[in-house]
Amino acid sequence: MLIALCLIPLLAGGVAFALRSNTQRLSLLVLTALAHFLLVASCWLKLPAPTPSGWLALDALGLLFLTLVSVLFLCASLYAIGYLRQEDHGSNRVFVGCLLAFLSAMTLVTVSHHLGLLWVAIEATTLASAPLIYFHHSQRSLEATWKYLLICSIGIALALLGTFFVAIAGTGPAAAEPSLLLEKLMANAANLNLPWLKGAFIFLLVGYGTKMGLAPLHTWLPDAHSEAPSPVSALLSGALLNCAFLGILRVFQICAAASLKHFAQELLVLFGLLSLLIAAAFLLRQSDYKRMLAYSSVEHMGILALGVGLGGAATYGAMLHAVNHSLAKALLFFAAGNILLSYKTKSAASVRGVLHRLPITGWLFLGGFLAITGSPPFGPFLSEFTILNAAVTQGQIGIAAIYLSLLAVVFLGMGSVVLPMVQGGSEEAVPLPLALPSSWMLNGVPLLLMAGVLMLGLYVPSGLQNVLTGASALLGGAP
Amino acid sequence: MMRATDLVLVLAMLLNFLVLGSSRLSAGIRAVALQGASLSLLPLLLHDGGAPTIHLMALGLGMLGLKGMLFPWLLFRAIREASMRREMQPLIGFTASLVAGILAAAVAFRVSTRLPLPSAPVSSFLIPTALTTILVSFIVLVSRTKALTQVLGYLMLENGIFLFGLVFAREMPLLIELGILLDLFVGVFVMGIVVFHIHREFDHIDTVHLTTLKG
Repeated sequence: MLIALCLIPLLAGGVAFALRSNTQRLSLLVLTALAHFLLVASCWLKLPAPTPSGWLALDALGLLFLTLVSVLFLCASLYAIGYLRQEDHGSNRVFVGCLLAFLSAMTLVTVSHHLGLLWVAIEATTLASAPLIYFHHSQRSLEATWKYLLICSIGIALALLGTFFVAIAGTGPAAAEPSLLLEKLMANAANLNLPWLKGAFIFLLVGYGTKMGLAPLHTWLPDAHSEAPSPVSALLSGALLNCAFLGILRVFQICAAASLKHFAQELLVLFGLLSLLIAAAFLLRQSDYKRMLAYSSVEHMGILALGVGLGGAATYGAMLHAVNHSLAKALLFFAAGNILLSYKTKSAASVRGVLHRLPITGWLFLGGFLAITGSPPFGPFLSEFTILNAAVTQGQIGIAAIYLSLLAVVFLGMGSVVLPMVQGGSEEAVPLPLALPSSWMLNGVPLLLMAGVLMLGLYVPSGLQNVLTGASALLGGAP
Repeated sequence: MMRATDLVLVLAMLLNFLVLGSSRLSAGIRAVALQGASLSLLPLLLHDGGAPTIHLMALGLGMLGLKGMLFPWLLFRAIREASMRREMQPLIGFTASLVAGILAAAVAFRVSTRLPLPSAPVSSFLIPTALTTILVSFIVLVSRTKALTQVLGYLMLENGIFLFGLVFAREMPLLIELGILLDLFVGVFVMGIVVFHIHREFDHIDTVHLTTLKG
């Protein structure tokens, strides 16, 4: 079952390279996404058994992130059909093939319980997504791809070093044979060598943190997310960053079992606040609306790290926030994609009157902005408030104050970009945008996401509640 | 056997400084290739008495093929096609980066005495050399501006990490396999293609000019 989950997209990706026509490939993309989604849905009914070697296993934490990947991929592939129809792009062979390989790699990240395999999977996501960022074959996308490859490769190399450190920490007089299996490491946690494990956590946090977009190693992220085509940006932001976060969480689990929980939590809080700070600084006076969304991702990754770092109820808040952020950010990238298709520019100053020209997109973009900045009644409000509440109850007033004021700065920064874009009438002298992209997928998919974000703000279904609680229990948090 | 291991490690250490001090790209490529090739001997030397397993031999040969032959060939092809010879303007001068390299080595030796290894490593040079290589690779990555020199820095980083993996060569050959996967994945395979494209698009491989995307 788990093997099938990883292999089906990979095989479909191979087939996509062999198919002749663009239409066939797109149908294959959607069919695979649908099959993957149905398989993942069946995992919600009954968790599949781990593979005999224990390398692949699905727990609540993995299931949560796997579901996010699967849902977002289905949305992105549906949206991509409408999006690619609007853009003149020639063959989509590489695009569809790499997209499917990307899905396979991300699935592997969520189900692997072996640190070595996890590392390979995260590396594979970099490899599969680089051609997607280079989709437009322009100078700008080349620059973005180069930065992405170089910075993430260095990050991934550091993560490998961290993985070695874990292996070193696991050998010793008391330990049996060294192993990188999560279960064995957890069982053997009391015997792990602490200085090496500390080093391991630092390297893995910095390494996977690079991929996750934690400041100060986030610099590839705004470029890659703004230059990639919008369906890919949504996947990078909503699914890939979470996968890297899962890598950090796995090591966090080991550290927590080995009585290094406070050390790890302090580091997570530090990186979380730093990411929030840097994102807030760059969100002020941002002139490119896709870059703005990318910096907002840095901000939200900071919130996730902060939530897990605070622990307790905040861990649950962070898990819920991962879901909320993924849905809301994908919605925003899709709406931004519609704006880009119509106005043909990424400069926020050249876009005026979206509400007038593209009413549905305009409302979606505005609603998405309110959601992502944590306004009620949307989902992110609930999760951000849970984290704030936990910080205050734990007596971390300083952290709570910094967190709250940075959120306010982010709100102002994003508002000053988004509001002028959506407002303004048809009489303003702006170059006439092309006609509204008429595909129902371009509007339907973000509308669905919007419904999801709204629902999560009002009501969290009990099934999801159970998985969120299970995931935060694995991380030592309380519901 | 111990002496041979030490010799290889000292050689790897000296090659770090050669990369730092040389302005010619071809010298840099050769130095990194030689470093990779000499390190690929280590899995064979590390066995204590017993014959090296077939597994380890295959690993060593794979490393030798990749780092000693394939990568330098690709990189030489890249500089031939882009017709460039020198790193003209490093952000940190060659003398200054040499001094920084010596400092890095000092730090590496100091730190490695502090980190208690659960089992004694095969050579007391192993961890310091690994740390120095990693630190020097950072100096190269930060201070050099050509895309190609950054690839060199990246390869050195891999060499350093590979050395760390050697601590467990016998118990967990998997770790070294991962290190080699790291090469296969990004090292030059993908980057080489991108370097080629950068060359086509910009007519130079200078990442200082890759500055359109800001803020």
